[in-house]
Amino acid sequence: MNISVVLKRELAGYFATPVAYVFIFIFLVLAGVFTFYVGNFFERQQADLVPFFSFHPWLYLFLIPAISMRLWSEERKSGTLELLMTLPLSRWDIVLGKFLAAWLFAGMALLLTFPIWITVNFLGEPDNGVIFASYLGSWLMAGGFLAIGSCMSALTRSQVVAFVLCGFVTLMFVMAGFPLVLDVVRGWLPLSVVDMVASLSFLTHFNAISRGVLSLNDFLYFVSMILAWLAATSIVLDVKKGG
Amino acid sequence: MIEVSHLSKHYGDFIAVEDLSFKLVPGEILGFLGPNGAGKSTTMKMLTGYLRPTSGEVRIWGNDVWSETLAAQSHIGYLPEGAPAYEEMTPLGFLKFIAKARGLSGEARDQAVSKAAATMSLEGVLHQKIETLSKGFKRRVGMAQAILHDPDVLILDEPTDGLDPNQKHEVRQMIKGLSEEKIVIVSTHILEEVTAVCNRVMVLAGGSIVSDGAPEALLALSRHHGAVTLELPDISDALVSSLDSIEGVSALEREDDRVTLIPGEGITDFFARVMSFVREQDVQVNAAFVEQGRLEDVFRKLTEGETQ
Ligand SMILES: Nc1ncnc2c1ncn2[C@@H]1O[C@H](COP(=O)(O)OP(=O)(O)OP(=O)(O)O)[C@@H](O)[C@H]1O
Ligand SMILES: [Mg+2]
Repeated sequence: MNISVVLKRELAGYFATPVAYVFIFIFLVLAGVFTFYVGNFFERQQADLVPFFSFHPWLYLFLIPAISMRLWSEERKSGTLELLMTLPLSRWDIVLGKFLAAWLFAGMALLLTFPIWITVNFLGEPDNGVIFASYLGSWLMAGGFLAIGSCMSALTRSQVVAFVLCGFVTLMFVMAGFPLVLDVVRGWLPLSVVDMVASLSFLTHFNAISRGVLSLNDFLYFVSMILAWLAATSIVLDVKKGG
Repeated sequence: MIEVSHLSKHYGDFIAVEDLSFKLVPGEILGFLGPNGAGKSTTMKMLTGYLRPTSGEVRIWGNDVWSETLAAQSHIGYLPEGAPAYEEMTPLGFLKFIAKARGLSGEARDQAVSKAAATMSLEGVLHQKIETLSKGFKRRVGMAQAILHDPDVLILDEPTDGLDPNQKHEVRQMIKGLSEEKIVIVSTHILEEVTAVCNRVMVLAGGSIVSDGAPEALLALSRHHGAVTLELPDISDALVSSLDSIEGVSALEREDDRVTLIPGEGITDFFARVMSFVREQDVQVNAAFVEQGRLEDVFRKLTEGETQ
C-alpha cells in the first residue's frame, strides 16, 4: 500500500520533466540502430530478434545509469530525502517503491520497441513465445542494472558520480562473462573461481535469454541480484543516516 | 510528550550536539535559538528520526525514535531546513502525496489537503509547479505539508524565513492557535518571534544548552531589563549628564532624542525614582516606559565566544 504511494509519485516524476521523453527517444533510436545496422537484421534473413536482444546489455550499460543516477542522489541534494525519510514510511516501502517505479519505466521503454516486433512478424514467422521470453528476460536484466544503480546512487549526492559508479560496476558485471576477460582470468585463477566469476555475469545469464530460453536458474539469478542490491541500498541509506 | 536524554551528535572529532537532555509536555511551544552552526537543525534531524545520534535517545509519546521509528514519526509534522519539496510537482499533487504517505485517503485526505492549503493561503498556486513558486510560497508549501495531518508534535526549522510580514503574522497566529495538547518546536533567528509565540526558550551554542526557560526569564537576564527609556524633545548634553547623576543609574545610553537609563543592581523603585527626578526638574518628556529587556543583549551575552 505504502509502496504504491511512493511508486506512483516517483513514476509521475519521470514524466513531469523531459527526462522520460528524452530517455525513451534515445533508447528507441539506439535499439533501432543496433538492431538494423550493427546487428544486420535484414541481411541475416532470419525471422527472430536475436540481434535486437543481444545488444541490450550494452545498451543498458549506459542508459540504465542515466535512469538510476537520480534515484537517491537528487533527493539527497535537494533535501527531499529528509522529507521522505521522516514520513511514516518503512525503509522497504521507499527503496522498493522507488526501484519499482524505475523498473516499470524501463519496462515501458522496452515495450515501446514493439514496432521491431511488428516488423519481424510482418517479414516472417518468428516464434513469438521466444520473443516474449526474451522481452521478459531483458526486463529482468534491466532490473538487475537498476538495482545496482540504486545502490550507487544512494552512496553519493552527486548524480554524475552516481552515473559513473553505476556504469563501472555494471560494466564489471557484464564483462565478467565476456570470453576475452574469462580467457585472461583462466590463466592464473583456479577453474572454480573462473566459473564463479562467469556465473555472476549478466552476459552469461542473458545469452540464453536472448535466444529465448528463460530458465529458472537465470530467472532466480536476476531476482536475487535485484534483491541483494536493494538490500545493499537500504544498508547504505542506513549507514548514511549516521551522517 | 517528548523526552530527550543525553543526545549527542559527533562528526568525527567535531561535536555538533553535545549531551542534550530535556522534556517537553503538551502545550509547550519551544523556541530554539542559537548562532549559526549551534546545532539546532542537527537536533531537529535527530528528533525526527532522519539522523542517527552518536549517543542518547529520543522518545516521542513513549515511542523510541530509533526502535519504533514509524510510530514516533506518525506523531510528528516536520518542516526541514530550507523547506525541501518535490519541485516538479504542483503544491496540490505534493500535498496529496504527503497525505497518502500519512495514511489518509478519500474524503479525509482531500479535506486535510484543502484545510492545510487554506491555512497557508496556497489556494492561488495549487496548480503551479513548485519550482516556479517564489521562496516564500515554497516555504508555505513546506508548512502546509507539516501541519497536514494535524500532528501532535510540530517541528519547524526556521518556518518564517523568507515570508512576508503578513505571512509571518499568519504563521505565528497559526502556531499560537494550536490546541493545548500539541507540542511545537520552532527554530528561528528572529528574536522577537520567540517572545511573540513561545512559552519556553532554549538557547543552544556550540551544541550545548546555555539557557532554558520562559521568555520572560530570558529577558530578565538583559541589562536593559527594568531600564527606563525617556523620549526628550529638548535633549541637551547638560540634561543627559544630570539624568546620569540620578541616584541608582548605573549606565546611560543615548540615541537621537531617546535616553535609556539602566538601573544598578537591587534597585526596585527605579521608574519612580526617575519620574520623581523628571517632575522635580520639570524636564519635558514625550514618553517614558520601562523596558522588558532586549533579547539581542541576552543572546549575545549567552553565545558570545561560542560562535566559531
Ligand atoms: N555532515 C556533516 N559533517 C560535518 N559537520 C556537519 C555535518 N552536518 C552538520 N555539521 C556541522 O554541525 C554543526 C551544527 O549544524 P546545524 O545545521 O545543526 O546548525 P544550526 O544551529 O541549524 O545553524 P543555522 O542557524 O545556520 O541553521 C555545524 O557546525 C555544521 O557545520
Ligand atoms: Mg539550521
